[in-house]
Amino acid sequence: MSNIQSPLPGTFYHQASPEEPPFKSAGDAVAVGDVIGLIEVMKTFIQVTAEEPGTFEKYAVQNAAPVTAGDVVAELK
Amino acid sequence: MTLEIVKPGLATTVQDLGRPGYFHLGIPEGGAMDRLALTAANMLVGNEDGAACLEAVFMGPEVKFGADMTVAVTGAELPVMLDGAPRDTWTSFRVKAGQVLSFGFLKEGARIYIAVSGGIDTPPALGSRSTYAIGALGGFEGRPVAAGDVIPVGKAMEGSDGRSVPQALRRRPGKPAVLRVLPGLYWHRLTEKSQNAFFDDDWTVAPEADRMGYRFRGGQQMEFVAREQPFGAGSDPSNIVDGCYSYGSIQVPGGLEPIVLHRDAVSGGGYFTLGAVISADMDLIGQLQPNAPVKFERVDMDQALSARKVRKETIEQIRQALL
Repeated sequence: MSNIQSPLPGTFYHQASPEEPPFKSAGDAVAVGDVIGLIEVMKTFIQVTAEEPGTFEKYAVQNAAPVTAGDVVAELK
Repeated sequence: MTLEIVKPGLATTVQDLGRPGYFHLGIPEGGAMDRLALTAANMLVGNEDGAACLEAVFMGPEVKFGADMTVAVTGAELPVMLDGAPRDTWTSFRVKAGQVLSFGFLKEGARIYIAVSGGIDTPPALGSRSTYAIGALGGFEGRPVAAGDVIPVGKAMEGSDGRSVPQALRRRPGKPAVLRVLPGLYWHRLTEKSQNAFFDDDWTVAPEADRMGYRFRGGQQMEFVAREQPFGAGSDPSNIVDGCYSYGSIQVPGGLEPIVLHRDAVSGGGYFTLGAVISADMDLIGQLQPNAPVKFERVDMDQALSARKVRKETIEQIRQALL
């Protein structure tokens, strides 16, 4: 099991836009470089990507929740 | 001499102490958001106070050195690593050609300054190497650095290893950060209740905060003294007939969320400004993360000037400590 951490402080989103489904759902395969979520800060969106492969388990924070750098935002199996 | 950007970080830019003298033409002063930290970084590696550094916000870049040099990282607490081995912040260290500087997760503060002996040697624009990204002016091609950029570094004497700024002189915001404010030209536009609420309310940094301005939220909606809006001011009571904005001035569009104008701000416009954060406290804003708690504290001109003096003295104390 590995955790994906936010690289920076901001607001974490599960989806690319409110109309779209979350980037990942439980059981999805995750490859290195896959986008897991977005961080909004300073009027820009930064992609949070997986640095290890695995199987997506769950988001560790709510959609649109404030996060700080190093917070675990998602868990992989 | 050069350094190469392996990974750029979020919005890493070349900055120095800025380009004063063009604000009346709409070109902001620019320069480091935390000028004290940039100055200290330069002192640590034996540069002039205003030599150009890399400013990185919230996350560090990855940088490969093209030559032996002395390096120091000041400002935020962002764990520093050289070829994966930890190095102290606010402390100079020698690097060899080919070594790689990288960073961990941000612990405290918002912006770091990476100084290298000899300084970043991109061509100055209007007397400064500071990057004004929206104006595509200064820095490295007028933009934040990108992966693969090779950045020129000036010639330097061999700097000394292990010089460190004493903890007590590493100025950083408290929790909450207290920002001192001098009420200004349009202070009278607010009702007494809103004037008091501005200083009593608990504010937090909004995620939109950047080099142009820092936005704060969480306080009460401001109320304005009723008046017939002058010609050209529009109908919103937070509007005025256009005026000049100063560095540090606080505008409140719609009376809701105050915005403190910072280094890359516009120089004028049509929002009333209730006052200004004093110059001595602008460095602290540069170290605020989104959602950081903030209180505004009212001061008068004498207090503002004495705070400015104290800040200058702190810089001289750092200089003395590094002799």
